[in-house]
Amino acid sequence: MKFSIQVNEGPYQHQASDTAYQFTKAALAAGHEIFRVFFYHDGVNNATRLAVPPQDDRNVSAQWSELAKENDLDMVVCIAAAQRRGIMDADEAKRQGLDADNIADGFRISGLGQLIEAGIESDRLLVFGA
Amino acid sequence: MATLHTVNKSPFESATFETCLGLAKSGSTVLLIEDGVYAATTGNSAADAISNAEGINFAVLGPDAKARGVESKLADGIKVVDYTGFVELAAEHDTVQAWL
Amino acid sequence: MAKKFMYLNRKAPYGTVYALESLEVVLIGAAFDQDVSLAFVGDGVYQLTKGQKTDDIGQKNFSPTYSALGDYDVNKIYVEKESLEERGLSLDDLQHLVWEDEDEDWAEKDSIRLVSRAELADVLAEQDITLSF
Repeated sequence: MKFSIQVNEGPYQHQASDTAYQFTKAALAAGHEIFRVFFYHDGVNNATRLAVPPQDDRNVSAQWSELAKENDLDMVVCIAAAQRRGIMDADEAKRQGLDADNIADGFRISGLGQLIEAGIESDRLLVFGA
Repeated sequence: MATLHTVNKSPFESATFETCLGLAKSGSTVLLIEDGVYAATTGNSAADAISNAEGINFAVLGPDAKARGVESKLADGIKVVDYTGFVELAAEHDTVQAWL
Repeated sequence: MAKKFMYLNRKAPYGTVYALESLEVVLIGAAFDQDVSLAFVGDGVYQLTKGQKTDDIGQKNFSPTYSALGDYDVNKIYVEKESLEERGLSLDDLQHLVWEDEDEDWAEKDSIRLVSRAELADVLAEQDITLSF
């Protein structure tokens, strides 16, 4: 079965991203396809590569990056939500005249249409938020 | 169509659980996740809502109940699933609706 | 074949960003020719109230955007009657949202459908995709 996942909250403040991650991992392990993981609202903050949590805590962003690498996941960060919150890839940072970018491996920035497309193309869309 | 509803709020913190029960149809399943698992413990003041909800199946995400120390306090008749079971529920139902 | 898309709105505006960013998804989603509905339940009904003035809180007043939804062919807007009543509101407290029916010589029609909890439960159960905000 083809699943898509929407993550509406950032890491740490809420459990939503953790639950979405565990669900995605379990779905892949069961042989399902993940069509896309879409990060919206504060969920775009999962895409920063600059978070440095304490050694004994999980690194939520790095976990997603790793899962994406192992499974060739399509992880999309909403551009409008990302611009509001300062999540930038190199191209976007340059276009905005900013001095840095911060997007982690495996995430790409794109439009909200990608979320609608995920709803159309997938058998199930699950939303994780607060 | 059978719907899988997910609820992630404590019934004591928000009206989400109550709203979900008000709009869930017979034959659907309510899966309690994250802080939502507190609704499924015995003797709490929201427990009647579960026993009175006719035709609705209830399930609890076990890892969340365990993390919160309420695994042994879950009401009888509530199915406990792990993340794999969550995925199965999502696949078995026609659609999934999150109550955030 | 078009899928039934439901945007389920349960949060009040301004206190959190969900209402505004939900509206942004609806506007983008309108271009995809799907069967779109919006539902306003619980505090979500506060999104549609008349007379919002945000100048003094320094946020953009996005409430006028709801009246543009008809132009995007988004015209199935369900409001739960019980949610209004619990909050001491009636339909008169909400914006009058309309759309023009191309098939009936652009006759102006109401977009808001006031439905009971039981009726809304039926509508929600029919959806293929529910985006929750």
